[in-house]
Amino acid sequence: MKPASPLCLGFLFLLVSLPLAAADGGVLRVPKTVQAGQAFSISTASADKGVLYVVGMGYVARRNVQPGESVPFEAGKVHNAGHYLAILATGSSTDEAEFEVLAASQPEAMSFLAKPSRLPVGIKSGVSGVAYVFDAFHNLILAPLPVAFRLSSGAGSQSDTATTRHGVAWVKLNSAAQAGATKFEASVGGVTETRVVQQVAGDPCNLRMSARPSGGNVLLETEPVRDCRGNPLPDGTIVTFSETRKGTPAATVDVPLKRDIARTEIPAYEGGVISVATGVVMGNEIRVGEKR
Amino acid sequence: MSTLERIVTSHVGKFMLFALFIVIVTLVQASGQTVPHVQTIDAVGPRPLEKQTADRVSHFYLEAWKDLRTAFAENRPQALDASFVGVAREKLAEAIRQQQALGMKTQYQDRGHDLKFVFYSSEGLSVQLLDTVDYDVQVIDHGHVVGTRHMHSRYVAVLTPTEVRWKVRFFQADL
Repeated sequence: MKPASPLCLGFLFLLVSLPLAAADGGVLRVPKTVQAGQAFSISTASADKGVLYVVGMGYVARRNVQPGESVPFEAGKVHNAGHYLAILATGSSTDEAEFEVLAASQPEAMSFLAKPSRLPVGIKSGVSGVAYVFDAFHNLILAPLPVAFRLSSGAGSQSDTATTRHGVAWVKLNSAAQAGATKFEASVGGVTETRVVQQVAGDPCNLRMSARPSGGNVLLETEPVRDCRGNPLPDGTIVTFSETRKGTPAATVDVPLKRDIARTEIPAYEGGVISVATGVVMGNEIRVGEKR
Repeated sequence: MSTLERIVTSHVGKFMLFALFIVIVTLVQASGQTVPHVQTIDAVGPRPLEKQTADRVSHFYLEAWKDLRTAFAENRPQALDASFVGVAREKLAEAIRQQQALGMKTQYQDRGHDLKFVFYSSEGLSVQLLDTVDYDVQVIDHGHVVGTRHMHSRYVAVLTPTEVRWKVRFFQADL
């Protein structure tokens, strides 16, 4: 779709708006701004009785009015922030005016998105928090507000404050050095929301296994598998033992970690080579028949 | 001087060109097509917003205005379902139910949008834009037009991805 020229749009605007702009400021008196949910009134100075319309994308009303009547809108009635149009239609004329309903300045609710819910330890700017701040009627508060973010675990905490812009504030924080559940909080005004971010061990460091004969088999067992910060890898992490004989694959066994250790038996072939790996990390190799 | 040049430079020719311009403008206006302008997206953060993503979000946002027009003009809150979700849908539907109960309808006709992206979350789960929009509002009470007004306002919209499209989750006029 090609945009129309500015001249064309300006001409259109002039055509449509001129006659109506002249209608403002007649017999209809509306407040320029109203706080969402607060009581207000629209006064009419018409000599005739008529009908008052209030129309917006968040509220629509129609009231019959007597000459010169002031029309009250009770607290809580108009609670959706937005741009509203008031029209007073009498038998002889129509008057129009616009007004704004603004979100209250006091935060009452927050939509807090914390991502990801699970990540490895020691990731720089790995945890992101986004907070949308609302008033009691779930209007986005567009005025700037400071939001405090705090990521804490048994091992310590880190915090940051971000100011909302157009109702949203965000931060990025580092994941901790120690694995475990971490509390991620966002606070603004008296409102606090909490999410839990699970931090897990990173890639293993120094994957090592040992072997000993067990009948016609070899019993293989890893040392406790930990990441470079000493966090144990979670149970269930798969460790793969592979054996080759004269360069040909002879056996492969996948074993889940149990209490930090993977253990299995595979057939013993004289001269066979056994290797161990988990994820992208390779461990040591053992040649069957070598004295360990 | 060619025949075409003579026509263009004559008074009659100038008048005809002006009349043609007016006809084209009127046709564009009558077609209900909006004229979007999307501002540069370099400053959006924390996640970079690719042009293709911005184009898709703009497309669905303008689609949302179409659905909004239909819903208010026909008193059909369900027309919002394709484009709105959550709080935005609830608030718009509430206003539609109010006007329906009063025997009223509202015709919203958006004339031009100036979109500016201001936020794209790091996980790509929400995008926020500001829309300076020109639109007309026509209020109809039991079939009678009681007023028509040209409005110029700025809206803040937050869109989130759903299964197949971006939907408007928050939608609010800004002062």
